[in-house]
Amino acid sequence: MTIVASIFILVGLFFFAVGVLGILRFPDFYSRLHAAGKSDSLAAVLVIVGVAIYNLQDFTLANLLVSFKIMLIVVFIYVASPTATHALTKAALIIGIKPWEKGKERR
Amino acid sequence: MAEHFILTSSIILILLIMISLIRVVGGPTVGDRILGANVIGTKTTVLLLLIGILYEDLGMFVDIAIAYALLNFIATLGATKFFLRRGGVYEMVDEVIAQHEEVTADAEVPKGGPS
Repeated sequence: MTIVASIFILVGLFFFAVGVLGILRFPDFYSRLHAAGKSDSLAAVLVIVGVAIYNLQDFTLANLLVSFKIMLIVVFIYVASPTATHALTKAALIIGIKPWEKGKERR
Repeated sequence: MAEHFILTSSIILILLIMISLIRVVGGPTVGDRILGANVIGTKTTVLLLLIGILYEDLGMFVDIAIAYALLNFIATLGATKFFLRRGGVYEMVDEVIAQHEEVTADAEVPKGGPS
């Protein structure tokens, strides 16, 4: 049980690291959103599922209810994180942030 | 053994949050700052659960994590709406730079005048 939870948490940390690398290195705002929006929600879900499995080591009713609440966080993040990313993208388009083109300066 | 693993994961998460702060502080546009704050909020939600395991009181920290996730979502949407109504980002920056150049140009003219 602990080993499965550890694998989940490790994979989640890997995706968090990749997301942060993308946020730092990509050339313009839209590609940074692309890196942050997807890898971040996947990584958060993986780590939180790992915590829920870790919590079920001694199987009681109270622990089962706590794990159910943790899964509610998973559902909320899976709905809310893409929504926030979408709203941010749309606002950036309307505000007038220009996409990066090849040969131009990074910003 | 397992507790050491959770502690190490928490420390790695804190380091990742500190690296994300670079984008929040030095982001060229407003959107980058909002994005960095959103990413940091997601990481903090996860970090709260890991802290809950370390303190062996997960039932309390789960409620805090739920409230934090809700607040993070609302804060991102609120900041997005605010900057959507406020108007262009780059135009405003250009205006500020132009004003600054005007002010410095005006200040340099009288210095050269008397001599």
